[in-house]
Amino acid sequence: MSADVTTMKTAAEAELAQAFAQAHGKLPGGKAVAAQRQAAFDVFAKSGLPHRRVEEWKYTDLRALMRDAKPLAGPPDAAAKALAKTAGALAGDLEARRLVFVDGAFVPELSDTAKLEEGLSIGSLADALAAGDRVLTRYLGRLAPGDDVAVALNTALMGDGAVIRVAAGSVIKRPLHLVFVSSAKSTASFVRSLLIVEPSARVMLIESHEGPAGSDYQVNAALELFAGDNAHVDYIKLIADGADALHVSTLGAAIGAKARFNAFSFIAGGAVVRNQLFLRFDGEDTVAGIRGATLARGQQHADTTLVVNHIAEGCQSREVFKAVLDDEAHSVFQGRIIVSQGAQKTDAKMMTRALLLSERAEADSKPELEIFADDVQCGHGATVGALDEELKFYLMARGIPEAEAESLLIQAFLGEAIEGIEDAGLRESLMEAVVAWLKMRGTKS
Amino acid sequence: MALLEVKNLHVAIDGKEILKGLDLTVNAGEVHAIMGPNGSGKSTLAYVLAGKPDYEPTQGEVLFNGQNLFEMSPDERAAAGMFLAFQYPLEIPGVATMTFLRTALNAQRKKRGEAELSTPQFLKTVRDTAKILGIDQEMLRRSVNVGFSGGEKKRNEVLQMALLEPKLAILDETDSGLDIDALKIAADGVNRLRGPGRSFVVITHYQRLLNYIVPDVVHVLSAGRIVRTGGKELALELEARGYTEYQEEAAA
Repeated sequence: MSADVTTMKTAAEAELAQAFAQAHGKLPGGKAVAAQRQAAFDVFAKSGLPHRRVEEWKYTDLRALMRDAKPLAGPPDAAAKALAKTAGALAGDLEARRLVFVDGAFVPELSDTAKLEEGLSIGSLADALAAGDRVLTRYLGRLAPGDDVAVALNTALMGDGAVIRVAAGSVIKRPLHLVFVSSAKSTASFVRSLLIVEPSARVMLIESHEGPAGSDYQVNAALELFAGDNAHVDYIKLIADGADALHVSTLGAAIGAKARFNAFSFIAGGAVVRNQLFLRFDGEDTVAGIRGATLARGQQHADTTLVVNHIAEGCQSREVFKAVLDDEAHSVFQGRIIVSQGAQKTDAKMMTRALLLSERAEADSKPELEIFADDVQCGHGATVGALDEELKFYLMARGIPEAEAESLLIQAFLGEAIEGIEDAGLRESLMEAVVAWLKMRGTKS
Repeated sequence: MALLEVKNLHVAIDGKEILKGLDLTVNAGEVHAIMGPNGSGKSTLAYVLAGKPDYEPTQGEVLFNGQNLFEMSPDERAAAGMFLAFQYPLEIPGVATMTFLRTALNAQRKKRGEAELSTPQFLKTVRDTAKILGIDQEMLRRSVNVGFSGGEKKRNEVLQMALLEPKLAILDETDSGLDIDALKIAADGVNRLRGPGRSFVVITHYQRLLNYIVPDVVHVLSAGRIVRTGGKELALELEARGYTEYQEEAAA
């Protein structure tokens, strides 16, 4: 006798299926996009939400963590838009060109699209999908891994996002800032963006996410980033969602030859965060720095999952990820460096360190190297530990009170990652955010 | 009056008694040397006075300026005028030397109800003091003690002492690992700070340092107790005859 076993759908899975059934016909895009959405949805339908028995999601059991799926957000009202005016402050005053999205929808009147620099083009994904933009269809879905369920759901339900193109040789001095703001409504937004940086072009893109505490909104964001040969791209992701929010975001990036690529992820918010980075070095002699800092307290759960694929020869990558955890917070770092057979002379070093400020905090680190070439320099290191009592005593013996001594040591710990950011103003803003976070220690957040 | 009064001090680390009834009185303005063989408890005394965790007194008391020292946290002791120059100064990657110095100085001033030093005032004081101690400006731009040689680390301790202007400075084997030139510079730095308002406890294994920092009183520490006290000539006697007789005494 064979039993026909079908996994019971969770409430969240049923709600996602319902949301897709209802929205499918109304989401932007023509027939081809609709088919792409359906195919992506089928990936989800087949496997359901990822859970702890799926290796890549072992430490972030989304099926357990996601009790329900919120309805898709409607167009933002005036109150929601008002919230967005001061959003993105975490990045500091970089005089960036702001592109504001509220509950996942582009808000032109809050955005700065006037007087675009030569070589820079910016549009909304919804418009591009509706218009059947050729460029868009050529790039969309090429870098975000289709078999990843978070990406599949993003593709199935994407409503809006930014489509940015920097023409060959253009140096865009003013940083671009995608400001994603969620309102107090208990809804879900699915945003998808594209950044196409043509050869020898230069740009810095900041992506920030935030929303009010007390709202259990959900965000699923994905960015596909194409950097051509000799391009120079700085990409900063700031995750500062409200304390009750669920945030899943994905970067899919392919970097050309002799390029410079710096990515930094800063996680300092959200109840559950999954930050995914899938990077590919397609051209030789590229230099990349992939770094991140996580601050978590209470019962926050913050997962950074990184896959770096060295395909071409002679590329150098440095991965540095730091986490500071207080109370019962839980951080996850999964970092995999793959060196393909042809990627000789690869130089890749990955370091992940977690600092536990409480005995109940937990850090899971899973560094992996998969090396198929024989002439490479690769290494990884992982540490999890408490503050160094000897160093703390040294500082205190000079008259520095305990809380301040700990704060200095924690800033120094995170500094190693934050120092990798090229922009000095942004480095300072993030250190200020760290100091502000540290000041909240011991007080109920 | 007595600045520091140590009475019948017993200290155990991991259940093992290291100090076994130590008595010591240091008056304002005096320089005391504490000499003794390895393992006699010299560094333990330094750490317990500075308040290192796990160095818990089991008996006895210590009064610092009339206050019960064991009721004060390490930072409170520092603000009250206690300074320990570490035998092995620690490296603190990521904490800039200037940030460290300024945070320490201002924290102490704040606790004493004094105004914070202005930035130009602070920078000038640090630069002037560093120059006297032969500490390069470039070193001040690094993280605390990172990339410093052994001698540079010791001089950096003296720099901190000069800036913080303590009432009582405990020098824990400040001479160890120093060549004669570095030793002279460090000793000069210390001598410059000598005065009626400041006392020193100089802990050392060798008499050499005491040629440069001339003590008022010399104590011999052996097996956790002061076994002999004398003038500066006692140091020379120890240098000539070694610690053997004190070790035998302690074992008896």
